[in-house]
Amino acid sequence: MSTVAIDKAGPTRKIKYRSMSRDRTWALRWSYFFLVLFAIFSLTPPIYMLITSLKSSAEISAATNPWWVFHPTLSNYAELLTSNQFLRFFWNSAWISIIVVTITMLISVPAAFALARMKFWGSATLATGVFLTYLIPDTLLFIPLFKMFALFGDWTGIQLINRWYVLLFIYPTLTVPFCTWIMIGYFASIPKELDEAAIIDGASWFQTLTRIFIPVALPGLIAATIFAFTVSWAQYLYPLVFTTSTDQLVLPVGITTTLIKGDVFNWGQIMTGALLGAAPPLIIYAFLMDYYIAGLTAGATKG
Amino acid sequence: MVDVTLQPNRVGTTHAARRRNGLRNALGRKSTVAFLMALPLIILIGVLVVYPAFYALHLATLNKSMSKFVGFGNFEFLFKREIFWMVVRQSCLFAISAVIFKALIGFIVAHFVHNVPAKKQRKWRGMLLVPWVIPPAMSTLAWLWLFDPSYSAFNYTLGLFGIGPISWLGEIGWARFSVILVNVWYGAPFFMIMYLAALKSVPEQLYEAAAIDGANWWQRIWYVTLPMMRNIIAITTLFSLIVTFANFDITRILTNGGPLDHTHLFATWAFRVGIESSDIPLGASVSLFMFPILAIAAVFILRDISKRGNEA
Amino acid sequence: MADVTLRKVVKRYDDVEAVRGIDLDIADHEFVVLVGPSGCGKSTTLRMIAGLEDISDGDIMIGGDVVNDVPPKDRDIAMVFQNYALYPHMTVAENMSFGLRLKHYPKAEIKSRVAEAARMLDITDLVDRKPKQLSGGQRQRVAMGRAIVRNPKVFLFDEPLSNLDAKLRVQMRIEIKKVHQKVRTTTVYVTHDQVEAMTLADRVVVMNHGRIEQIGTPNELYHNPATRFVASFIGSPAMNFAPCRLEDVAGRLHVRLTDRLAFPLPPQRAARYQAIQRTDKLLLGIRPEHVADARPHADPGVEPFDAMLDVTEPMGMETLVYFTLEGTQVCGRVTPNAGAKDGSPLRMAVDLNNMHLLNEVTGAVL
Repeated sequence: MSTVAIDKAGPTRKIKYRSMSRDRTWALRWSYFFLVLFAIFSLTPPIYMLITSLKSSAEISAATNPWWVFHPTLSNYAELLTSNQFLRFFWNSAWISIIVVTITMLISVPAAFALARMKFWGSATLATGVFLTYLIPDTLLFIPLFKMFALFGDWTGIQLINRWYVLLFIYPTLTVPFCTWIMIGYFASIPKELDEAAIIDGASWFQTLTRIFIPVALPGLIAATIFAFTVSWAQYLYPLVFTTSTDQLVLPVGITTTLIKGDVFNWGQIMTGALLGAAPPLIIYAFLMDYYIAGLTAGATKG
Repeated sequence: MVDVTLQPNRVGTTHAARRRNGLRNALGRKSTVAFLMALPLIILIGVLVVYPAFYALHLATLNKSMSKFVGFGNFEFLFKREIFWMVVRQSCLFAISAVIFKALIGFIVAHFVHNVPAKKQRKWRGMLLVPWVIPPAMSTLAWLWLFDPSYSAFNYTLGLFGIGPISWLGEIGWARFSVILVNVWYGAPFFMIMYLAALKSVPEQLYEAAAIDGANWWQRIWYVTLPMMRNIIAITTLFSLIVTFANFDITRILTNGGPLDHTHLFATWAFRVGIESSDIPLGASVSLFMFPILAIAAVFILRDISKRGNEA
Repeated sequence: MADVTLRKVVKRYDDVEAVRGIDLDIADHEFVVLVGPSGCGKSTTLRMIAGLEDISDGDIMIGGDVVNDVPPKDRDIAMVFQNYALYPHMTVAENMSFGLRLKHYPKAEIKSRVAEAARMLDITDLVDRKPKQLSGGQRQRVAMGRAIVRNPKVFLFDEPLSNLDAKLRVQMRIEIKKVHQKVRTTTVYVTHDQVEAMTLADRVVVMNHGRIEQIGTPNELYHNPATRFVASFIGSPAMNFAPCRLEDVAGRLHVRLTDRLAFPLPPQRAARYQAIQRTDKLLLGIRPEHVADARPHADPGVEPFDAMLDVTEPMGMETLVYFTLEGTQVCGRVTPNAGAKDGSPLRMAVDLNNMHLLNEVTGAVL
């Protein structure tokens, strides 16, 4: 259809073509110009973190050119990485994130499989409910949740407030709905014939899930895992509410509460801590960018 | 996405419905198994999301020591306080302006990335998404340092041009600008990535057809790109509206509500009142004000997403 | 190896009956093709045999056992799907052996069975590849291989060739026939393509609106269709139907098509139709291959007439011609050198020995 139209436009085509290619060259130049601008805007804070982290306190307070390191030093890194307290934050964050990822996958993958393939009473409602749950922000729930866990401690004597593992109960409320939702999407995109073939081949439902669905939807599973990890790692409000003792803190809260001591801001260390705190998600992103982006666009993530 | 060797098949939705029935037969009490597989999810949502949401409603009707039912007392109290209305105004200003700028910047940047030859797109996309990947609490610390009253790197730079110094977080206007700026910095990449995915899904032939019909650059965006992306733009914007409205990290770290509570959002103020001042019922009441906007946005999103829900 | 029997099988969805009571006996080793337009219930029937669909009513028996409530994996069947349904993350060999591995067959036996099937299908070189790396025809072979290694009682094919291009389809058709000749497994094959049905089947089951219209060998269906549906569905181009009635002219039974056009019936046809009311509204069913150009020495029962051609379609070995009789388009097949041209007259001849008379209202072949 379009070829016919092009043939008709034959005589004028050459002139138009030339102007179009010139347009394109200019469009490309402008694109690069603005992309450079936006890239500078995007990367300024992390780069500034890196610059500051390499400065000594003396150089920072000397107020020299903030964009340049005159006497680079790794002392901030050395200090933090040998500080028991900082390592404690780091391990708390790491353990919580890893356990939460595991819990999330154990809950959401079977649930997504059930919702995508095994219709039961109320399953359609539940799928919608999962999605709605995902829309409820943490800032709406932190007060009732805090009170609930406080009361739970009063009633049972099991104190969960100010214990890092209380977060293992709470983080899944952020990760499970989204992971379930995108896994439903990935599972639903697997042709029905594939599980029918598996059933005829003699596979049980469990075998269909583990030997067909999980391998086939592996990209989705990776995307969901990355999401669960980054959400757990970055979560700030819940640990701020639920944990107060320094040995129970996770990295983001630890850095903002302990490194900022009164009016004395040790910016070299704060930036080093922030950079180290940003490192795990950034490293994962660097290696698994495509999965990361797939997960982001698959479920229309929070933004 | 999922690598499946199968071609889209001729069987329609009626067939899909039929199949499920057949599969049910395949494993006796299949629905029971399915229910058990979904049970942890149901318990989690029920106990840790749905219950607390209703519990918040209950808490909001109690007095500070939670010993007495006060009905709408907390809300009446809030309505009488100037600071509450300031929080309402600031939350709306913050959410709406931040979302508009995120959407605009995201749209523009997505177009630029889309213009670039396909091979280089990956690299640009990778760089531009970095703000979204860094935990916001960490990156906000960098902004806090960039905005530092005495050592601000921005003021140093502006000083070279004879401008400033600007009290980024000290003056009400600038403080409001700063929290919005940081939120835009953090959220725009998400819009960019969503729009980029949407742009890629517009068939190239439509642009060719439009070009042959004589549409210029602007007309192509207006008549082809935007209508094709309408759904994604709507969903992304609504999503962003919800989370921006409920934002906590950025304001908490950057200004902690200051100066003089002028940058408080519902979330940060609820934290201040409910946790820091230990008035849990009042804090719950404040956070409940996020609910209407959330509900409205959710209804619109559900309308768009219901198609997918049915498939699933 | 086993026979398959369907007794009054019904499939009901909420308010529609997709299959309305089917009786079918498939003998051991037989190759039966279910054919019909989309939505006729053929796929549903196959899926009920497979156990992928519940049976609303009736019985299905495989090898004499009622399998109504037996899950698919215990029915000892193998199925080949239209879109192959190969497991994308497994190699060809793993795809073929998946069922055996689930049943914990000894490794050596799995290996030899896969090798045997691969050899039979000429895919030995491909066993270590993933489905993604295969062409459509190769994937189809693997799907068949997966069925063969299981050595099941029954093969079920659900439109297995629909996704292939025309050339490959012919090739694979022959391939399927060869495989069946080797393994002799009872086969139920669903297709909407009547050519596939005719070429593959021992017996063809023509279905329409959830019912069986006719069961028979390909030749029976072609020469003695029971209904208008079967008559028009089998054969390409489709059979012509022209309104007509019977008339006695000079003591001989004639079929009158238009005021100016009536043909005397050959004796055995005349005898067969003698009892029909002369006033009944009838349809003359005649295949295009029996509407040809007139030859100098016509056989008895071949009656010449003049036609004004609307359109001609040269096919090489023959030319299809279209002309209109009282508003009804009729298709004929003439030799390429008959001189057929668009918009020009041609002397044609109709072979009434192969005619059919149908009741216009019921569509029954008389």
